[in-house]
Amino acid sequence: MDTQVDTRAQDMLSRVGDIALTTLLEAIYLRYHQDFRGYARASLKRRVAQSLLKFDCPTISRLQERLLHEPAVFTEFLRFVTVQVSEMFRDPSFFRAIREVVVPHLATYPSVKIWVAGCSSGEEAYSYAIVLHEENLLDRAIIYATDISGQNLEQAQAGVYALQRIPQFTQNYQRAGGRRSFSDYYAAAYDAAALDRSLKSRIVFSDHSLSTDSVFTEVQLVSCRNVLIYFGDALQDRAIGLFRESLCRKGFLGLGSRETLRFATDAAAFTELVREERIYQKC
Amino acid sequence: MLSERDDMRVAVIGASAGGVEALGEILPHLLGELSVIVVVHLPRDKPSLLSRVFTPRCSFRVKEAEDKEPIASRTIYIAPPDYHVLIEKNLHLALSIDDPVHHARPSIDVLFYSAADALGARATGVILTGANADGAAGLAAIHAAGGTTIVQEPAGALVRDMPAAALELCAPTHVLSSSAIAALLNKYTTTERDAR
Repeated sequence: MDTQVDTRAQDMLSRVGDIALTTLLEAIYLRYHQDFRGYARASLKRRVAQSLLKFDCPTISRLQERLLHEPAVFTEFLRFVTVQVSEMFRDPSFFRAIREVVVPHLATYPSVKIWVAGCSSGEEAYSYAIVLHEENLLDRAIIYATDISGQNLEQAQAGVYALQRIPQFTQNYQRAGGRRSFSDYYAAAYDAAALDRSLKSRIVFSDHSLSTDSVFTEVQLVSCRNVLIYFGDALQDRAIGLFRESLCRKGFLGLGSRETLRFATDAAAFTELVREERIYQKC
Repeated sequence: MLSERDDMRVAVIGASAGGVEALGEILPHLLGELSVIVVVHLPRDKPSLLSRVFTPRCSFRVKEAEDKEPIASRTIYIAPPDYHVLIEKNLHLALSIDDPVHHARPSIDVLFYSAADALGARATGVILTGANADGAAGLAAIHAAGGTTIVQEPAGALVRDMPAAALELCAPTHVLSSSAIAALLNKYTTTERDAR
């Protein structure tokens, strides 16, 4: 059965031609000012192919027609092609390094500002809120959590996750050096877990595009994990340029565990602080 | 637009249960101008030891795939745990954390589809031993794109399900034992070089 489903996806993939895809992205940009033109093509192609199935369109041109004429469908499409099912404390050793290496620096600032760029459904922003809470910094911190999808932001703001994901979150939290019991941070009801309101009080969820928007504030830490892998070279350069501009001197940049600044134009503006965790420091 | 990269030969290899042994009969024997990208299904939270296991045994460079890394010749790239690896048309590697396919991330299908799309007839896909159907549809995609397709003989595979599933979906160019697969990959690269 598995094989069957996948052959269908492959069938869709073969219908996503390069020219049709380029035309679709151009049309989306003109109509909605959402810019996917600089995204890495291989993954984007898979997502668009899957969206043909989801929106029941036999061809890209049919999908394009629907997206242009039905804004509600576009809203859903935007979420579908951008959502990332992340975990709280994904890559526990990263969050351990943040707590042990970066937080002592953050603690020296009168107010702590963190930018979680591409926050998707919010798991990472809440992970930072918990770390800051346990290090007694949350009260004087602001976490800016940004994304291009309004639906993603709504879900992030709600802070409600399927109960079946909690054991994974709990295990990650413990491995990341959590000081309490993870159950202190949520209330379970039926098949969902709602994160504690106090965690939300210092998070500002907001619409921001790394493709088209500019810097909005100065921060000491930018966390952008497993977002750049979806960007092409030029867009990655643009995003890193924004991070560089937004970071204070000696500010910190955290990337995903297999992302690297090595192939980026601005690489020389940063030094490797915790190499194996991809935590960089602005020079 | 022709460039020196246009004749680059890239082999994508997928393996699951029993894969490390089968790869041991292929990777150390590779010679010539070839790039290899390998997906092996492994537990997601264990750091991958594969590059450390194979580095001392191979004449090719062996490393974990990194995002946006240009594909180099005589190099074996191993998919990192919990990431899909894809090939872009500019012959750079790309990673993704999109949903698992066939419960697998990295998934062989994801790599193979992108190889078919980015490389077309220049792609070579190899399916080795394993216990699920991942890679079968991807191999069919490489076949449809005019690439070379190779399946390990199910009888010689430690676990035969994955080669068998591939054979069900596609009539590959070659069905071979793992040691014969190494010889064939070398033959491609050497005869092509001699022909120039």
